[in-house]
Amino acid sequence: MSTSTNSRRTRESAAAVVGPLQSRRPRTKPFNWRRTGAWVLVVIAVVVTIAPFLWMLRTALSSNHSLASNAGNLLPADFSWGAFQRVLGLQSPEQAIAEGGSGAAINFWLYLRNSIVFATMTTAGQVFFSAMAAYAFSRLRWPGRNKVFAIFLATMMVPPIFTALPNFLMIKNLGLLNSFAGLALPYMFMTPFAIFFLRQFFLSMSREVEEAAMLDGAKHLRIFFQIVIPNAAAPLATLALLTFIGQWNEYFWPLLVGQDENVRVLTVGLGVFKSQSPQGAPDWSGLMAATLVAAIPVLLLFIAFGKKVVNSIGFSGIK
Amino acid sequence: MTTLAKQAEPAAPPQSGKPSKFSIRRIGDLKIALLFIFPALIGFVVFFLIPTIRGIYLSFTEYSILGDPTWIGIKNYTAIFSDDLFWNAMAVTVQYVALNIGFQTVIAIGLALLMHRVAKSTFIRGALLLPFLVANVIVALLWFWMLDYQLGIVNEVISWLGLPRIAFFGSEQWAIPTIAFVNVWRHMGYTALLIFAGLQSIPNHVYEVANLDGASPTRTFWSITMPLLRPVLVLVLVVTVIGSFQVFDTVAVTTGGGPVNASRVIQMYIYQKAFGESDFGYASALSVILFIILALVAFIQMKFLKGNETDLD
Repeated sequence: MSTSTNSRRTRESAAAVVGPLQSRRPRTKPFNWRRTGAWVLVVIAVVVTIAPFLWMLRTALSSNHSLASNAGNLLPADFSWGAFQRVLGLQSPEQAIAEGGSGAAINFWLYLRNSIVFATMTTAGQVFFSAMAAYAFSRLRWPGRNKVFAIFLATMMVPPIFTALPNFLMIKNLGLLNSFAGLALPYMFMTPFAIFFLRQFFLSMSREVEEAAMLDGAKHLRIFFQIVIPNAAAPLATLALLTFIGQWNEYFWPLLVGQDENVRVLTVGLGVFKSQSPQGAPDWSGLMAATLVAAIPVLLLFIAFGKKVVNSIGFSGIK
Repeated sequence: MTTLAKQAEPAAPPQSGKPSKFSIRRIGDLKIALLFIFPALIGFVVFFLIPTIRGIYLSFTEYSILGDPTWIGIKNYTAIFSDDLFWNAMAVTVQYVALNIGFQTVIAIGLALLMHRVAKSTFIRGALLLPFLVANVIVALLWFWMLDYQLGIVNEVISWLGLPRIAFFGSEQWAIPTIAFVNVWRHMGYTALLIFAGLQSIPNHVYEVANLDGASPTRTFWSITMPLLRPVLVLVLVVTVIGSFQVFDTVAVTTGGGPVNASRVIQMYIYQKAFGESDFGYASALSVILFIILALVAFIQMKFLKGNETDLD
């Protein structure tokens, strides 16, 4: 119950910033070629977006040897679960080679665990610490507050590659290469965007409850944990979702810091899997099965919370 | 004397005359505020501020990770100036950015208009957003397969139409346009959503007035929609241009910078200098230059397109 009211409140406050999201004007018009043409374009756009994913599935369900002779067939060529078995480590190396694999298995379950650990660590840290900072930047009054916030915001402009090299050297000097700490630390404390995003919501919260709590003698820590956080559950969840998906997809930083099997995440693992695939006759079904399986967590999150993500994009991008 | 005293008196209170109770509260808040921003401050100082300073410092040194950096002044920068590979990387990157932004912006505006006028359904918005949520690496591998010379479905269709097959990732001429296309496909829905949100903020009555004046849809688009959309467009452009100057994942997974140097974009070049040749000083100088270019691009875009102003007020 409470979550549904919270999410509605967020959508309203988001709408207040970017304008009404659902200002549908009911129009009844006779057949209109313009409108029909526009709908055709919409359908084409959706097909162009979705079709490659279906092709991924179709290839993953095909057998490598039959792909060559049925390249243009819309249905799986010689239907087989082999590629998925190969990716999930359910196939012996000999079997994999017989089906066109490289024999070098992608250690899927390990990489999956690593991706989960990396993305969860950074998301939890980033959202929590950014929420604390956003509280200080929105609900507390202290000299220099806006200046410090402006400096934080300015770092949004610094391109990731610029800090990536020195950060790599720092992580290396700390002896944290190929560790989860090394992977997660640079993202764990804050991003300017996360602070900015949450500050917007905290600013719009009413002061009354807070002041009432203060009269009762509550301290800031209690207000933060018992009033602000529960009331901002929806924006916090949205930010966590966006952060998690972003970290899950991250490639450059884990490529630099997490090359070792034990901490290698899925994106880096996919790159390695591709480079191990035979150059002349790549293991296409294996590659497509691997990419599909690696995309599934994000797809599931999207199916579960898609509306939230879609509605938050307008808000987060503009403001 | 009296006039001086009179002038001085009203000026004094704002400096020191605030109720002391209030200033005590401010200091109290400062303490608790420091506690609350402490973790973020650590992250800011350790992983943004110090690396920024260190990156600039390293760009003036020769540093191969083994041993200590040695100060060599502006030698890295003068070397970059006469480095053909750098100029090639810049040319390739600019070509990529132009293709990527050009197509992406036009398509995204079109999609945003369609979403706004025709199909407001969340399902369609979600479908268009899907490629953006999937990792770059996954998108790159997917298109690497679909655009394969031998078996890729796109080349199957091309040859079915009786046209010659295209080595999309394998030819110098096609590598960059192909990579640009792949990223347009990934980002068009996301960019369209941002512009769509901008369209939503244009008040209806502006269009109603135009309707009363009998303006055609084309006229309305150019005279109303585009000018009112400008602040959003500028923001979207700044963000997407800066993002696409840093293209790496797609290149790394598909061509690795080849064939020859055809797709070695600037970030790929920085990566290869640092981790291939372990020349961290030179790589740092390259990233300083990239940083300066991006700052300039953002500045020019904001100035030139007057991004801060809106015509609505």
